[in-house]
Amino acid sequence: MGFLPFVFPLAELEVGQHLYWQIGNFRIHGQVFMTSWLLIGALLALVVIGTKKMERDPKGVQNLLEFLWDYIRDLARTQIGEKVYRDWMPFIGTLFLFIFVSNWGGALVPWKLIELPSGELGAPTADINTTVALALLVSLSYFYAGLSNKGLRYFEYYVHPTPIMLPFKIVEDFTKPLSLSFRLFGNILADELVVAVLVFLVPLVLPVPVMFLGLFTSAIQALIFATLAAYYIGEAVEEHH
Amino acid sequence: MQTLFLFGASEGGLFDFDATLPLMAVQVVLLTFILNALFFKPVGKVVEEREDYVNTSRAEAKKKIAEVERLETELKDQLKEARLEAQKVILEAEQDSENLYKEALALATSEANASREKARREIDSQRDQALNQLKNESDSLGDLIIERLLAKK
Repeated sequence: MGFLPFVFPLAELEVGQHLYWQIGNFRIHGQVFMTSWLLIGALLALVVIGTKKMERDPKGVQNLLEFLWDYIRDLARTQIGEKVYRDWMPFIGTLFLFIFVSNWGGALVPWKLIELPSGELGAPTADINTTVALALLVSLSYFYAGLSNKGLRYFEYYVHPTPIMLPFKIVEDFTKPLSLSFRLFGNILADELVVAVLVFLVPLVLPVPVMFLGLFTSAIQALIFATLAAYYIGEAVEEHH
Repeated sequence: MQTLFLFGASEGGLFDFDATLPLMAVQVVLLTFILNALFFKPVGKVVEEREDYVNTSRAEAKKKIAEVERLETELKDQLKEARLEAQKVILEAEQDSENLYKEALALATSEANASREKARREIDSQRDQALNQLKNESDSLGDLIIERLLAKK
């Protein structure tokens, strides 16, 4: 199967191929849901195990969960502000955990061992549908946050320092989800592609540092997405004077 | 053919939007609620309870330290007072004993003086007596001598 103007027969790479599931009139990408369910299942299992018997002196998994909780609280608190961060912490935390688990799951689990009739299993975040869904949720939530906190005064934000800002702020509402979704999608897909191409070209040693770099990128992308989402919400609820 | 797929022509491709998008959004929203119930609320409760516990314990400890310091100064004051009291008692006792000693000394001296006086007086009277006796005897002897001399004549 060819991929762009490459002359190599990149048999392992199946970019843009999907395992379609037909539901009524709609079609969905089965491989995305399969991996996301597995990873969400793993995440929920970890959470359930860690919260089963919580004590004041944390032990084992509870430590990890409390560390994550603390980390997410700090992230939400610094970006959204002391007043409303509690309402948005679960959403920011879910974004972070879901993207992180998806990215790392895509990089660490040897999905290639499972053969699909079409397409291949991989990080759910390497599918544009997932990232756009997440980015649109962020857009909806910052609108909701602004409107529920300040009512119609939220739209003062659009003319905040001067009315000249109006067109830019409106354009921003479109570029925010666009940049969010494409940043995540591009990074994760590019990482998978780079690893796949390198594995194909030099199957020894060389892909390993790139794989580690990929893990780093994956973690950073999850953090960036969550931080930006929190920042947008914080921007929407911020009081101007 | 494949290149066309990449840009989402009719089937497949990198930018192939379909029902995956809304379904994924619903899934993430559901996950948010599930994680809120299973993770954020319970863990938050535990962490915040611990923070409260630590804060109250610290406040209590501070209160206790203050109490201890207060008691310490109080006790130190009491100790100082007690020491002063003890010194006073010792001083008084010393004075008392000195007074007693002086009294006893004075008494003893006066008694000694009295008995010495008495002894001297006794000696004096005895000497006087002896002198008188001697005088009488010598007088009578003198008389006798005179008598004998006169008689011889």
